[in-house]
Amino acid sequence: MKAGVIVFPGSNCDRDLAVALRAVGAEVTMVWHKETALPAGLDLVGVPGGFSFGDYLRCGAIAARAPVMRAVADFAHDGGHVLGVCNGFQVLIEAGLLPGALMRNAGLKFVCARAPLSVGTSDSAYTRGYARSENVVFPIAHHDGNYLADPETLARLEGEDRVAFRYRDNQNGSMNAIAGVLSRNRRVLGLMPHPERAVDPVHGGVDGQRLFAGLAAAAAAGEPQYA
Amino acid sequence: MKARVHVTLKRGVLDPQGEAVRHALGALGFAGVEGVRIGKVIELDLDETDAEAARSRVGEMCEKLLANTVIESYSVELA
Repeated sequence: MKAGVIVFPGSNCDRDLAVALRAVGAEVTMVWHKETALPAGLDLVGVPGGFSFGDYLRCGAIAARAPVMRAVADFAHDGGHVLGVCNGFQVLIEAGLLPGALMRNAGLKFVCARAPLSVGTSDSAYTRGYARSENVVFPIAHHDGNYLADPETLARLEGEDRVAFRYRDNQNGSMNAIAGVLSRNRRVLGLMPHPERAVDPVHGGVDGQRLFAGLAAAAAAGEPQYA
Repeated sequence: MKARVHVTLKRGVLDPQGEAVRHALGALGFAGVEGVRIGKVIELDLDETDAEAARSRVGEMCEKLLANTVIESYSVELA
């Protein structure tokens, strides 16, 4: 698997994401936000967590308009896999690659915890290694993860089986306890919890490993096929 | 020409910060505050001198960056 990890000023989980990807055999290239093209032949683009551009204006808003994001949007529209974690999820939403919005946590507090989650669907490269409704634990660390969407969007996400993960203990007030959502083609995943912080026993758990392993397996099987 | 953009959460979108401020006002004895909404004010200094052109330009800025129109609405004042 060839993966590119985007780096913005203020990204701070970019290296963690690279470590998690390399652990499943990926060849990882870090891609600076000012690039206008992605390296050739990528199977996956990772948009990491952190505080891109200091969370100025709105979380992810400025990063979503960075030059490299046009290339990421083209990559997604061509059927590429794009994974956004935490601030990366906020960036993908601001870039219009995933629906809805991420608001200030309902309790107004920054939440930092090992979050019990339930797998919403196993129908994606990211979640094929998990059983539907399986309980997993990924760390969370965010201030603005309160997922909101209009009723039609929510109904569509549920109807199309696009909720990848849900909180079992909804600490941020997200609608339908949504922790992560898939795009319509199931190739773009955004989630607030950090699977890359659960890939080594010293992390306190390895529940995130299967997400990266699923991507590596998809790449090895030649998915997705690009035009 | 200066433009002032007000960005606020759309009606119907819960504003947790506004709610916290409403509770704090109640705790200070300011009774009767039925709602608080918190927004942003963005002041822009433009070299444009034509009001209509400025208004349309700032509207475009709001749509593309200054507001997240999924959850926020905006208004533009020129001075």
